[in-house]
Amino acid sequence: MLIGIIVAAIVVVILLFLWGSYNGLINARNLVKNAWAQIDVQLKRRYDLIPNLVETVKGYKNFERETLEAVTKARTAAQSISTSGDVAARSAAEGELTGALSRLMVVVERYPELKANQNFLALQEELTSTENKISFSRQAYNDQVLQYNNKTQQFPSNIVAGMFNFKKEQEFLQATEDEAERKAPKVSF
Amino acid sequence: MWEQIRANRVRSIMLVILMGTVLVLIGWFIGLVFANNAIVGLVIALIFWGIMSLIAYFQGDSILLGVAGAKKIQPSDHPRLYNVVEEMKIASGLEQMPDVYIIDDPALNAFATGRDINHASVAITSGLLQKLNRDELQGVIGHEISHIKHRDVLLMSMCGVLLGTIVILSYFASRMMIFGGISGGGNRRSSSRNSGSGGAIILIFAIVLMILAPIFAQLIYFAISRKREYLADASSALYTRYPEGLASALEKLAQSTTPVKSANQATAPMYIVNPFRNKNMSVSDLTSTHPPIQERIRILRAMASGASYANYDQAFRQVKNTQSGVISDKTAAAVGVIGLRAAVAEGPVEAAPVDDKMSRTREVNDMMYRMNDYTTINCECGAKLKVPPSMQGTVIKCPRCGRPHQA
Repeated sequence: MLIGIIVAAIVVVILLFLWGSYNGLINARNLVKNAWAQIDVQLKRRYDLIPNLVETVKGYKNFERETLEAVTKARTAAQSISTSGDVAARSAAEGELTGALSRLMVVVERYPELKANQNFLALQEELTSTENKISFSRQAYNDQVLQYNNKTQQFPSNIVAGMFNFKKEQEFLQATEDEAERKAPKVSF
Repeated sequence: MWEQIRANRVRSIMLVILMGTVLVLIGWFIGLVFANNAIVGLVIALIFWGIMSLIAYFQGDSILLGVAGAKKIQPSDHPRLYNVVEEMKIASGLEQMPDVYIIDDPALNAFATGRDINHASVAITSGLLQKLNRDELQGVIGHEISHIKHRDVLLMSMCGVLLGTIVILSYFASRMMIFGGISGGGNRRSSSRNSGSGGAIILIFAIVLMILAPIFAQLIYFAISRKREYLADASSALYTRYPEGLASALEKLAQSTTPVKSANQATAPMYIVNPFRNKNMSVSDLTSTHPPIQERIRILRAMASGASYANYDQAFRQVKNTQSGVISDKTAAAVGVIGLRAAVAEGPVEAAPVDDKMSRTREVNDMMYRMNDYTTINCECGAKLKVPPSMQGTVIKCPRCGRPHQA
């Protein structure tokens, strides 16, 4: 009789653990998906910001047209790729866009009137913030992936993960070449 | 992060039980001593606590924000602050954007409040907003968002209520004892429980409890508050990947000596630094809600190899020369190796456009004028006239060039 009760108690505990673990894994996986979607939100924000920026800058006399055109082109390219699923191509396109924006900002330095323009200052703040948000959302995505990987690989939740066929590892987003482009150029003597 | 939140929940339940026991004991003994009936005292104490808890739970944050004189801002009022809060919301994985408030006060401080994720708020003084650059602002806001994320606010406010109830009950009990004498002292009906020496022992116990309970409750409160502050610092470093930001913000905070106008004992833990650090209160012992600022700065700067909780814990142990860490071990393991980012180079895209103190001050002052319903008139000579609401509709002359303007 007593043995029966003990066995029943053990079974209940195991079931509770399975229940908790499974829900934890589902939660972790959904958080990863959510974090991925958040990156898209921030990227789209950047697309919407750029036409405004180009309009504000265009009016200034003698502003280098090639730089502006490069930005517009890069934006169109990135936006068109965004609907396809290819992560690598998308990453490259977004990197291109970041690079083009950086070059635009360097050129702006030569136009003191533009730099003092209220509209432009507001846009520059928005741009800085959008770049930050993009990198923070990538960071948050990587953090979520770390949580998920830990859950699926660490004992004892890896048993449950195996039982229900959770993918063992998600990939981290690597820093793309645009990070290198953003660093100040090194001066060597 | 989830392990830490779960560990916090367990710890908060245990803490609440502990403080609740103190409350029950006080109620019991007050009832026993004053009304010969422990249950009555207990019930009164619990009702009192229940009412205060409900008020604190539902109205706590609006009371706090109202007392501080905080004004809610729209994104367009101060884009930089709003953007920084949004950035930290993304980095921390918070589900919903908190409301952002500004307090018109030259003192430097910030706090977070809100009983759950959906009703959270972050407030910052205009003085602090003027002083910090973008990296430092990110560090401070990250710290506050971490309080929201780890549900510290709910814990501290509930404990604050418990503490307040215990203190008030002890206060009234001691007053009644001094002025009213002990009821039933003369006409106490003798029963087997309250005969002679038994009654005296109960009385002594009750007196001791009344003196010790508030002290004991305060110590618990302060200890938990300090631990949460370390965790919040560590989380801010994790979210920003740049502990130096928060460290230099804390340095600026340490140098300022202006006291916050509206802080009091109960709300002190909500602020980022102890608002009473320059009064007589000692800041480095058991009676402080915040760990000493210099120590916090040193720990953050000792995080040389990474930004994770494990790195913070290691830095903590190194600086305090102790074996016991401050972040529970399970969390340290759950978050992996996380690299620090470099300092933001003064490149054109990264640097915020208004990043020197003069422009920041102007920006904040303009915003405060707008929020107080002043209108701005741009005169042709370059002066910006700020017209108070009472002078709307009149003709105003520019003080610089004399041109008339219609307000």
